[in-house]
Formats: sequence, C-alpha cells, structure tokens
Amino acid sequence: MNLLPIRPSDVEDCRHSAASIADAMQKFINQHSTVSIERTILLFYGVAGANADGIPLINLCVEQCVNANIINQGVAYQIAQHIKAGSCSPQESAEKIGYGGEIIPITITPQEAIDILKPFTKQAMEKIDSSCHQRTTTMEGFESHEQKRFGPLKYVIVATGNIHDDAVQAQAAAQSGADIIAVIRSTAQSLLDYVPIGATTEGFGGTWATQENFRIVRAALDIEQEKQGRYLHLVNYSSGLCMAEIAYMAAIERLDMLLNDAMYGILFRDINPRRTLLDQYVSRRIIARANMVINTGEDNYLTTADAIDAAHTVIVSHFINEAFATQAGLQKNQMGLGHAFEIDKNIEDSFLFEIAQAQLVRQLFPDHPIKWMPSTKHKTGDIFWSHRVDGMFDLIGIMTGQSIELLGMMTEAIHTPFLHDRFIALKSADYIFKTARHLGDEISWKPEGIVVKRAQNVLTDAKTLLQEIEQTGFFSAIAKGSFGDVCRTETGGKGADGVFERHESYVNPILDELETNA
Amino acid sequence: MPDNKLPRHIRAYGDRIDGSVQMSFSLPMPASEHAKEVAKHYAEAHGLDHVLVASMERASDDFSFFVVYGKSKHTVSPGEIKVPDVHIPTWSPKEIDEHIKTKLKRRIVIVGACTGFDAHTVGIDAIINIKGAAGDKGLESYAWIAAYNLGAQVDNPSLLAKARDLKADAVLVSQIITQRDIHKENAQELILLAQKQNLRHMKFILGGPRIDNLLAQQLGYDAGFGSGTKPSDVAAYILDVLLKEQGNHQ
Repeated sequence: MNLLPIRPSDVEDCRHSAASIADAMQKFINQHSTVSIERTILLFYGVAGANADGIPLINLCVEQCVNANIINQGVAYQIAQHIKAGSCSPQESAEKIGYGGEIIPITITPQEAIDILKPFTKQAMEKIDSSCHQRTTTMEGFESHEQKRFGPLKYVIVATGNIHDDAVQAQAAAQSGADIIAVIRSTAQSLLDYVPIGATTEGFGGTWATQENFRIVRAALDIEQEKQGRYLHLVNYSSGLCMAEIAYMAAIERLDMLLNDAMYGILFRDINPRRTLLDQYVSRRIIARANMVINTGEDNYLTTADAIDAAHTVIVSHFINEAFATQAGLQKNQMGLGHAFEIDKNIEDSFLFEIAQAQLVRQLFPDHPIKWMPSTKHKTGDIFWSHRVDGMFDLIGIMTGQSIELLGMMTEAIHTPFLHDRFIALKSADYIFKTARHLGDEISWKPEGIVVKRAQNVLTDAKTLLQEIEQTGFFSAIAKGSFGDVCRTETGGKGADGVFERHESYVNPILDELETNA
Repeated sequence: MPDNKLPRHIRAYGDRIDGSVQMSFSLPMPASEHAKEVAKHYAEAHGLDHVLVASMERASDDFSFFVVYGKSKHTVSPGEIKVPDVHIPTWSPKEIDEHIKTKLKRRIVIVGACTGFDAHTVGIDAIINIKGAAGDKGLESYAWIAAYNLGAQVDNPSLLAKARDLKADAVLVSQIITQRDIHKENAQELILLAQKQNLRHMKFILGGPRIDNLLAQQLGYDAGFGSGTKPSDVAAYILDVLLKEQGNHQ
C-alpha cells in the first residue's frame, strides 16, 4: 500500500519522548520488586505444591519472608541460606520456609548466595530455554511445509469455563480455519494474588488460567496441528496481579502469545501503578527470553473513552508500550500492539477514520505484529447488523495489512462465542481476505483527503501528549486521566502492599540471568 | 385480568401472518445428508411446520451448522402476559449527568457489592466499574455519581456499615449464584438488617441473571434488574426515584 504522508520527524519525536518516559520509570523498576516477582523466582527454581487449603507454596513462602521483613533481600537469598544450612534443593528450602515458617538468619554474602544457587539457576534457565526451543522448532517445522498463509492471522477466543470443553472448542475453531486460539480467563482472576493450581471445570465468562489448563489446551492443539499440517498458536493472559508467574507458566507450557500491557491493569483493573510497572517488566523479561509475543490492550481505551477523541491516546500508549517492551528486552517482532475498530457506527465517514487509524498504526510500527480488534462497544443484540459491522472491520484488516486479527463475533453483545459464531466469523473473514487480498496495493491517498488529514492530526495530538507526559511524568499522567479517561494514583489500587524497595543486598539470580542473556 | 384491547393469538409475521421463524444452531455430528434430516426433525420438535433447512455447513470435523426456516404452530395473546415494570426513563448517560447536576443538584452516592458467599463480581463490575457493559459505561464514569464497588463476598453488615458511612442514596446487591435459593435468603437478610438499622430509606436494588423486578420486590427491594441491564438503566432508575422524592420531577 502507498504510505500516508506523515512527517518522519513527528514519529522520531514520539519515540524519543516515549523512550525518555520509560527510562525515568526504569530507575524506579530497578530499585524495587513485588511479591509476584518473588513468587515467580520460586517457580523458576521448581518450587511446587500447596497446603491443605490449596494455597500455593510459593505464596506461603513469600508471605513468610514478608512477615519476617526479609523480602527486601529477595526470596532467593533466604532459599540459598537454607541450602547452606543443609537443605538439598530450593523445593526443600521453600517447604521449610512456607510450611514450617523457618526463617533463618542470613550469614552468607549476596555473592555466596548467588554461587550456592548457581546450579539451580542454570537448571531453571535450561528448563525455560528448552520449552522455548521445542516451541520454536515445532513452529518453524510446520511453517516450512505448510501452505503459505496470507492476510492477518485469524484469532478467536474460547471461553466455556471448563478447560476440557475449551480444548474441544479450540480444536473445532482450528478446523474452521482459526490460526490463533485464546482461552479467555475467568472474570475475577486478574485480582487474585495467586495462580490457582490444577485443571479447572468451572469459571465465569472464561476459564481459570492455571499451568495445567495451559498444558491441556496446548496438548489439544498439538494433536490438531499434526492433523492439519499447520502450526496453531495459543494465547492466554499475563495480566492482573500475577503477570510474571503466568508468563513463566506460559513459557514452560509453550504458549505463543500473552496479553500483556504496561498500563491495562492500572487503568481497567485498578491495580496499583507501581505494582503493574514492576510486574510488567519482569513478565516481559520472561516473554523476551521465551521468544513469545505480547498483545497489548489499547483497544480498551476506546471502550471507556470516545474512539474519535481518544484515538491519539492509543498511539501514545503504543509508543509507551514499545518503549517499556524495549527496556525489557523484547524485539519488535514480539510486540503485538493492539488497537480496535471502535468508532461509533452512526458517525458519517467513521469508516474512513478507522482506515486512517489502522494505516497509521501499521506505518508507525512496520515490524511489529499489530493486533487489530473488533467492535464491541457499539455492538447490539442485532446479530445481523453486527455481522455486517464485522465485515467492514475485516475489510480494513486485509486492506491495511494488520498482522493479527481478533475476529468479531455477531453475538458479541450477547454471550461468549458459541461454536458456530466462530465458524461464521472465520468463513466470512476468509471470504473478505481472499476477495480483497490486494486491495491495499491498489490504493493511493488523496493528499488533502479525509484519511490523510485524520492520520496527521492523530499523530500530532499523540506527539503533543507524549511530550506532556515526558514533562509531567508517567504516574502524573495516569493520575490525570490521560488514558481511557481513567484516573489512578501512584499509591492507590490493589496490590500496592505487595511492592517493596530492594535492599542493597537484594539477591535475584534469575532476574540477573534474564537481564544479561536476553 | 386479560387486557381485551390487545390482540389475541398472534403469531410471527413473515410474508404475512404465517408464523415464519428462523433458527440457527449446531449439531454435534458431522455434516451429512443424515445430519440435515436430523436438523429438520430437531426444528419440527420445536413446533415448526414446513421446515426448510436453508443451509448446512461443516463447522468442524465433528460439528455441523444449520440455518433453518419454518412456520411456527404456536400463538400468544399479549393481553394475558403481565410485565412487572420498573420505570426507567430513557436518558442517555450524558443526560443523566446533566439532570443530576441541574435538577437534583447534588451527587448521587451508590454503594454496590456481590454479597454473601458469591464470588462472581461480573455483574456488579459491569454496572459500577468504568468499563461497563455492552458499550454502556459503568456508574464510575458519571461525573455526578460517586459509585463504590466493594467487590465480592461482602457480608451484609459490612455493606450496610459502608453505606451508612458514605451516606449512600442507593445500595446495589448482586447475586449470581442461585443454587438452593441461597441468593433469596441472603438478599432478604440484608433488607431485614437495614430495617433494624434504620437504613431502609436508602434505595435497595437487587441484580443478577436470575433476578427480576417481581422477585426483588417480593424480597423487600425497591427494584430488581436482570440480565441485559445496562449501567445507565440503573442510574436512570435511581435518579428518577430520587427526583420523585425530591418532588421536582419534570
């Protein structure tokens, strides 16, 4: 497609401001940790199990360290001290701490702790690297043989609440042509400060994200992709209060993509801003290591704020998400920046504004797997109208070369998708992608036209807002309601008490490893 | 009492009053001539005559999808159907904010929770949290409403304590779990407790997928809202009641 005439210097200015915003935050990130990050370190070290009430050992263990006021040294330090005192593994140490409440005085230096943990750290990294290797070689194996795909990858969700039904529906969706399957989480999960354990069969509006549930759906897709001779991608959510833990579990169970946003939890789940920034950093370090793709959640801004007025905030958030992701070691091809077809359908020429935005995002982030999301806010129970809206959405998807397309469902405003809702969406997307395959190549923009003007204005507004945030700082911008019309304060929100400043003797060999060998 | 002014024995209108309806569904069997016949029988079992299986599609290896037309044998008489009505003015969110500002002239305070053992915040979140439901923003998004979502598993005394502290105008109670009628017991207890504590002047509203206005009123609530309720419905209802109380409703 011909490019929209936008000023390269505007784009550079945006990137520059975003980098400086993320830089300022990185100083804070490097000096702090959270209970979720510490629990993740235990996961890396293979700590597993739960007490009789089902509370995971990793939670119990970190809680004991919090209560003993030693969490600021890092849970790994106490684990190492236990090994020094005779425990044979991190698991045994964690059991003593978590189940037995045995906190022992630190006698070893941080360096000694790192050295004691060295074999376990090595093993931990080998484990995640081996999962990553298995996943990428499988994917490459299929991709070298399979029929060339064109158009956006077709992404659908399953959300039955029962993981075994999810597996059946995931396979059925793949048989109707889906490339990517996302298992939607149960509604309350983002606010749980632990990850449930085991297979689950009851959820609300979705299915609990657990490591076992990840394994079950991945296994179902493994079977299906063998049958079909093409690779199938699996998605879940690294968001809420357990971003890093879930990122780890997903890496081990060979998930391909994770919903992961630097700001989503803050804005839409009222999670403490500091907590989210820290957790997103470590989760992204894990995602970077495992070579997975993040999906960011800018679509949500447009469900709370107006999609015309707030279009530039989506672009601003893209640049900020990109900057934070870069800090965490992600490559451009791992950054699935998200945006959505959310302008009020009653507005004249809104289709042109949607084209402008989609093309702008595509141009600003040419090497990123951009995720294009359907209309939800303006959908009604009129499934026939809704289906037509999705057709318009599909047309922009193929025309502007979006990378990943979450297919719209005609029953969007009614229920989580039924099996045939997905089938109908896939069939229709196939029709539009095929018949309009080269539409974009045929288009050149009218220099003074509606689309060009709109894109230029949105970019200018984005630049202005980014420069403002650079001046006032990230936390102040969020407190002022710059995104999605939602205001959150730096110290408010859920999970704030799980944030702590690192002591100068803080030990975290896993994070060191993730940061040096990215 | 049947309303005699309303027509009796009406049917769906297609090309004429012919009872024409369309059904679409999937069957858990692969698409085949056999499956097509099964779909036809399935439609007939729903009371359809002259069934036409307009389309059979392979939805996946093990599922087939059908679009079916037929003529329904059934009729209904509108006059015999009673609808317990909650009066909800048709105001947009903007208008609601404007009316609160100009007519009520003070902020409305609303406290909501999912009470008892119920851990499902999806309903109360959809009504209160900014994200809202089906594109309709939650109560948090109104400039002139102070909305507090206390979350799930809130016990009745704590909910009332918070409502008293905040001088709430309305208390929203969400009940999703309905096993063995647990929602009725718990919801009723709240009203009894509120009466004891002299808080019954507040508006008590019950919501949930298995709740309707009739049930809510039987349990002592001012109103009940079922599935499909939008945050603006709840806001408009509360504002309307408060304006009526204030006596300057227009």
